[in-house]
Amino acid sequence: MSEMRTRTVKDYSNAPLCLSGRGVTRAFGLGEKRKLAVDHVDFDFHEGEFVSIVGESGSGKTTLSKMLLGLLNLTEGQILFQGKPRDISTGRKQREYWKGIQAIFQDPFSSFNVFHKIDSVLLDCIHMRGGRHLSKEKKIEMMTEACSFVNLKFAELTNKYPFELSGGQMQRLMIARIFLLKPRILLADEPTSMVDACSRATILDMLLDLRNETGMTIIFITHDIGLAYYISDTVYIMEHGRFVESGNAEEVILNPQAEYTKRLISDVPKIHEEWDLSTVDLLRAE
Amino acid sequence: MGKIMLEVKNLKTKYVTRFHEDVYAVDGVSFRIEEGKSLGVAGESGCGKSTLALSMMGYYFPPLHYISGDIIIDGTNISGMKPDDVRKNILGTEIAYIPQAAMNALNPTQRIIRFVTDVIRAHDPKADKKEIRERAEARFAELGLPRDVLDKHAVELSGGMKQRTVIAVSTILSPKVLIADEPSSALDVTSQKMVIKMMRELMEKGYIKSMLFITHELPLLYNVTDDIMVMYAGQIVEKGTAREMVFDPVHPYSHGLMGSILVPEEGTRGSKLTAIPGTPPNLKKPPQGCRFAERCKFARPECRYQAIPETDFGDGRMYRCLLGVDQLKEEYSHE
Repeated sequence: MSEMRTRTVKDYSNAPLCLSGRGVTRAFGLGEKRKLAVDHVDFDFHEGEFVSIVGESGSGKTTLSKMLLGLLNLTEGQILFQGKPRDISTGRKQREYWKGIQAIFQDPFSSFNVFHKIDSVLLDCIHMRGGRHLSKEKKIEMMTEACSFVNLKFAELTNKYPFELSGGQMQRLMIARIFLLKPRILLADEPTSMVDACSRATILDMLLDLRNETGMTIIFITHDIGLAYYISDTVYIMEHGRFVESGNAEEVILNPQAEYTKRLISDVPKIHEEWDLSTVDLLRAE
Repeated sequence: MGKIMLEVKNLKTKYVTRFHEDVYAVDGVSFRIEEGKSLGVAGESGCGKSTLALSMMGYYFPPLHYISGDIIIDGTNISGMKPDDVRKNILGTEIAYIPQAAMNALNPTQRIIRFVTDVIRAHDPKADKKEIRERAEARFAELGLPRDVLDKHAVELSGGMKQRTVIAVSTILSPKVLIADEPSSALDVTSQKMVIKMMRELMEKGYIKSMLFITHELPLLYNVTDDIMVMYAGQIVEKGTAREMVFDPVHPYSHGLMGSILVPEEGTRGSKLTAIPGTPPNLKKPPQGCRFAERCKFARPECRYQAIPETDFGDGRMYRCLLGVDQLKEEYSHE
């Protein structure tokens, strides 16, 4: 607790590419109603990098994350996984891809199957990693290790159902799943927006530990620019389906160039600076 | 010292359930708000913030039950009143309450003007339609809401606009106390700022005399309210001005809470967030001694069974801990 964590921003531009996109686009609707939710975005996520995608509601963050996961088809452009174009044309290939990329979603309460006990949630992860043949003792040992990584006690969780846990505990259990699966990429879509401030700190610390331990790439999607600044190496600021600014977290947030980024930062309440309320126009058409 | 608008004395309420023991969600809460002041309530989920708001209205419906304590609004004690009297005479005119996610509860088949009519007619059944419209238009214009909102349905409005409409409608009778329970949590930062600006205008123009603001977002609370109190397991553990509470918290729980603040300012990247381990105690059987002792890093053995006194500094600052201020400061300096 006592040591200060001085996290200097590492330069990831030379690290091997993990996931990249070229002209990724997704349109919804047809004819006049056609709208580009994600509009020709390019990105390069490197191995071991902590990336944040920041934007307000309706900026296309979630559409982009669904495309990255392969849950939504691209209208245009392509996504490259570890340097090669991603192929998820069949169910088998898709499952193979999901061994490399996993996700934590916003709502912990709907992330779990309510009929499955916590044991089976974790056992499924071990089986997916090819551990079906392992002995029962070995499996329990692995599950206990995963639970202790997220400060949960497996002995207390065994034979329980997910709804018996609190939101923060469920979200931690999601992280325990990721710890067992050890994917190359973790996509976290607002994992802390439904838990309170105390558990938020725990979850963020666990994500950082997970990255340091396994060297996975974490793509963190959030609307909270303060959180993005605290946790990430690289930030991408998204407005109306486009990246308006991207780069090193220190540079982008302490010295924003784009108008949109400046507005986002000025709209967040701060504690060392005066919060200027005069910049908002109440009559402005939303 | 201004006139005291709201005073709550040793309020205790519980939830009664059929098959389980009672849950003592608010257990001996006392505070006062002066005219023109606002008070913020912080704390993690399940600590009793929202129950406190419900209990303060004096409007109890099962499973919430009143045990003891006084709620005094501008000199009138409402704690012993019948629910019907409370609804007719207190709600809307004396106290207005904006529940969590109120904007999702707007009836989608009705126009906004209908909600305004409902609120006004509940207190004045003979109110004239034209007068109501004039009154609503004047108030909406003053609060910076477009006039045509009144003739729209809720589904036509954006989230931020809906929330501002809800606030404007619920304060149309100029209540003395406004209780806002997480009014901006579901909104994005820009809409949040608009909501806050509007609430500040309500205060400045005197439409509401005092405000109780409930949220778990501390930087927001720091910027909005004059005073902050921190709740833990149904009790207030510390109270003080916003500046004191954020930069100089005394109680170990508030100290931990303030350490989890995240703001996009220089220097926050290097610092370590303090996470408080463990979970809050079960309020069906509250612990004998300090309720935070289980999770406290500085807990002494006697913390677990001794009654914890409230230390009052006299100027509105108080905290609830067995250790003295100097002792606690000493502990924090070793961290």
